[in-house]
Amino acid sequence: MTIKKKITLTVNGASITAEVEPRQHLVDFLREDLFLKGPHLGCEHGACGACTVKVDGQIIRGCLFLAVQADGSVVETIEGLTKSGALADLQESFMRHNAMQCGFCSSGMLLAAAELIEKQPTSTREEVREWISGNYCRCTGYHSIVSAIMDVLEARLKGEKIKPVVAHA
Amino acid sequence: MKAAAFDYIKPTVLAEALSLLAEAGDDGQLIAGGQTLLATLNMRLSEPAILIDITDINELKGISLVGNQLRIGALVTHTEIEDSELVAKHAPLLKAAAPHIAHRAIRNLGTWGGSLAYGDPAAEWPACSLTLNATMIIVGPGGERRISAQDFFIDLYTTSLEPDEILVATEIPVADNNQVFYFHELARRHGDYAIAGLAAVAQKQGNVLSDYALTFFSVASTPLMAMKTQALVNDKVLTPEVIASAVAAARAEIDAIADITNSVETKQHLIGVLLERGLKHLAAQAIN
Repeated sequence: MTIKKKITLTVNGASITAEVEPRQHLVDFLREDLFLKGPHLGCEHGACGACTVKVDGQIIRGCLFLAVQADGSVVETIEGLTKSGALADLQESFMRHNAMQCGFCSSGMLLAAAELIEKQPTSTREEVREWISGNYCRCTGYHSIVSAIMDVLEARLKGEKIKPVVAHA
Repeated sequence: MKAAAFDYIKPTVLAEALSLLAEAGDDGQLIAGGQTLLATLNMRLSEPAILIDITDINELKGISLVGNQLRIGALVTHTEIEDSELVAKHAPLLKAAAPHIAHRAIRNLGTWGGSLAYGDPAAEWPACSLTLNATMIIVGPGGERRISAQDFFIDLYTTSLEPDEILVATEIPVADNNQVFYFHELARRHGDYAIAGLAAVAQKQGNVLSDYALTFFSVASTPLMAMKTQALVNDKVLTPEVIASAVAAARAEIDAIADITNSVETKQHLIGVLLERGLKHLAAQAIN
């Protein structure tokens, strides 16, 4: 059975129309059809969080959502959110704390962290750990990831933004 | 892993979904949030020929107050429950339980009705609906029927929902100011399936508690209410002696089964650990 379905959606601000097989999950569609390699594929059953993307303003698991379900939706990936500057201070903080390590989990971690900062701006270190528990880091870089997120939470509460250490030319 | 091929259809009204479901028979599978289903499809544990996506059906949405009942539509997501002021006020047990359900990215899609209809004994909502004496509102070819949570969960992943029926909503009696509650689960990683969990409510009567509902989950093939233990602690001051006898009673009463990593003995032990913590927590609320 290869009956394709036509979908129209917005991805990182661009309107996309495509034909997809119903069985194709969203992250495969983003990676294989749209060449957006930021969302990663890890476990493909919802355990690891590497495939995290935003759909209609909320983070979701890209492997537990079908491309056909995204018809009519607004999808944002790490590529679009980086370009818009929405994650700039979080990304800067991750760099300062060397919270990337191999980088495989980073796009998912950043999107999950951004939603935490939005929804629970007064989170404690323990609450950050609980929230981030949905995203696996295979280099076990959790400690520095939690520190990076805490710095952004504290800066935001003071109304500050984390600025780059080295000024760009 | 990738799912096997299937067709996909997205009805917009309940009547259409019911007729599609009847037409598809065993080949059809409803999808709402899909947070369990997609994993089983990806692993090819399930290979339906057609997915019927019910997420556009307005009749299944929304949280509202209907008289003295809190009505939660089947399509309400775990996040909506977590963030709802109506839930926080009228069913605070659900608000306390919500953050334990997987992780935010999953809670953003996974639904109340999906969790209940799937009937996973390790899941939070079946246990909470039993504890809060929820009524399931079900629609099928013959019209609407209502069934209590106590009669709804039959066995492992088995509910009284017929294959041609759809769970529309549930109604939960609203909590009054005298209701006290406790929710906790023990898991290896926050958000993972519980090794054992306890959902509990009781009513404050002076400095004692009555009308207990103590529901253990992830210890047997359905969530289980500890009826004998409830009777034992009812209307008693929760002294250390009473709590100790309740712990022994619950371990004797709940017939735990092992899972892939935890033995019966571990589960029985954790039932007591959870109950002791829960009763101490409830006792503290009783004197406030």
